[in-house]
Amino acid sequence: MTYLYDGTYEGFLTCIFETFERKVYKANVAERSTFVHSMFEESVEVITDNKKCMRVRKGLEAKVGKIEANNCWRVFLFEESETINLLFNLILRIFTEGGSVLSNFGDKDVLNYHQTLKKVNRERHRMQAFIRFQKTKDGMYFALIEPDFNVLPLLINFFKNRYTDQKWLIYDVKRKYGMMYDKVDVSEVTLSENQTSDLNEEEAITLEDEELYYQGLWKQYFKSTNIVQRKNMKLHLRHVPKRYWKYLIEKQ
Amino acid sequence: MDRLQEKLSILADAAKYDVSCSSSGSKRKNKGGIGDASTSGICHTYTEDGRCVSLLKILLTNHCIYDCAFCVSRKSNDIKRAAFTVEEVVELTINFYRRNYIEGLFLSSGIFKNADYTMERLLRIVKKLRLEQRYNGYIHLKTIPGASDELIKEAGLYVDRMSINLEMPTDVGLKLVAPEKNHDSVRKPLDFVNQTIQHLKDEKKIFKKVPAFVPAGQSTQMVVGATPENDLQIMNVANEFYHKYKLKRVYYSGYIPINNQNSTLPVIGSTPPLVRENRLYQTDWLLRFYGFNVTELLNDQHQNLDLEIDPKLSWALRNPHYFPVDINTADYQAIIRVPGIGRGSALKIVKARKFGKLHTAQLQRMGIAYNRAKYFIRCSDTAHVVGFTDFDLLTRQFKLNGKKELSNSPLQLSLF
Repeated sequence: MTYLYDGTYEGFLTCIFETFERKVYKANVAERSTFVHSMFEESVEVITDNKKCMRVRKGLEAKVGKIEANNCWRVFLFEESETINLLFNLILRIFTEGGSVLSNFGDKDVLNYHQTLKKVNRERHRMQAFIRFQKTKDGMYFALIEPDFNVLPLLINFFKNRYTDQKWLIYDVKRKYGMMYDKVDVSEVTLSENQTSDLNEEEAITLEDEELYYQGLWKQYFKSTNIVQRKNMKLHLRHVPKRYWKYLIEKQ
Repeated sequence: MDRLQEKLSILADAAKYDVSCSSSGSKRKNKGGIGDASTSGICHTYTEDGRCVSLLKILLTNHCIYDCAFCVSRKSNDIKRAAFTVEEVVELTINFYRRNYIEGLFLSSGIFKNADYTMERLLRIVKKLRLEQRYNGYIHLKTIPGASDELIKEAGLYVDRMSINLEMPTDVGLKLVAPEKNHDSVRKPLDFVNQTIQHLKDEKKIFKKVPAFVPAGQSTQMVVGATPENDLQIMNVANEFYHKYKLKRVYYSGYIPINNQNSTLPVIGSTPPLVRENRLYQTDWLLRFYGFNVTELLNDQHQNLDLEIDPKLSWALRNPHYFPVDINTADYQAIIRVPGIGRGSALKIVKARKFGKLHTAQLQRMGIAYNRAKYFIRCSDTAHVVGFTDFDLLTRQFKLNGKKELSNSPLQLSLF
């Protein structure tokens, strides 16, 4: 049995609900938009339902606690379908075997879950570190990102608490959506293809007069604080992999 | 290059030998202004030497009345001098912070005029950031030895961490390169700040609200390889300071030669002792997080750390009677002593074995360094070996392999 859902976490949790209702536990989940129907396997459309989703969420929290229930969401943000199916089966096991199953590190799936969680958390931490805001004429600080996993939702509170008194926009170029903070609330924004390509062209955005000056100072600092006699490019690359350089001002 | 950029290049260059970059341990909240402190700390980038850049690390000025031979800012050194204004430091910090370049400010200074005069200037910057800019990001401030208790105490109310460097591991060593300085002038303010922290901790039990005072604690730094102290001496000093002054960190900085006038110091161009520095940090970790005592790792028979192998492996090879450790029955404290198994893996092992006896393959998947650990552990499927593992042979093998790895790196080739 394959449950087809809309790609959201709410939809995913609704699938868990449906599984218990239908009592067909040998099942998979797949995103409706990319699913290829097969003659030999049964599939069913699952409509995202907030009530069902909330019941699963509450149940999960009761089994494993708030933090670990939140970690399930983080693993979901890894996005890869194999991992999402692993998570799906693991959550079914949590409900049938109990929450303690998550500390069975000798189990391949459990270990995989924890390793994936670590990857997502690392990517989140990297974004907290590597995001570089540029200030525009109208006082907005904006940053472009292309994280390996969909970690933007995990960054909102961090940046909201930190930059309470400045407007900011973080845009995920890969997933084509962003989060904008207007000193009060955070809202999701999407840009059209044209607007997105504009973001990459420097002239499309009017930077504040001093922006390039401070970028220059930052580059100077980055250079001056390096100790040439200790040069260790291998270590440098391990900490700052090349795929992140594109948006790092000090690496341009 | 404009004047501010030139100042930045001079005063960042002069500050870079201070290795502390930590931005962790403080939980300062944002109260409607800008910034907060992340408990875990964040490294915003890494320089080409592989060191983390977390804070804007600068000197207020590199003018200095002292002439310490190991220091690049020493009075007799013929270098460009510069000084930031209070406003310049504030502007740089805020503008870097708003762009998410940094976690905060690390502010140090050469001593100009006298200690109090210098400390007072540093305090002025810190207060301006906290009170006028409503900045709640991380601040690491150097305590200036000799500054008055009042100034130090006031600074402690605004900063997250304070530190003073021991510079050389022993007083005798320090006298060789900095006759005007001594360890007592470091101990006194470290002690004063620690007393104040402990005092406020006690008050917290009685009063609801006490002011935050140096919430991320104190640290210090020792330069390694400039003076002749051995590793045993260095770690004994570190251990004493951890206990006596409740330091959060002791940093070890492999000396980078910057002075050819002083005959006791290594000459310019000689390689900094990077491997030794690394071994000292590993030892520091074993003391703080793995339940080791200094005497287990360093003692009169073993006064220096092995360069070829890490200190835990070295200890294990000298203590064969401790092994093998049975993964399925040994307690956590015993498992973290196994070479190749860290605290994270040990925790996984202890949790996982409740579900059934652990096999080799499971252990390998958990991410331990199995090729190192295998000589020291037993799993449920480990075959019974008749006789003993030859630890002397094993030691030779590990040291040989270590060298092979090392010789691949041109940086470390010259060591052997």
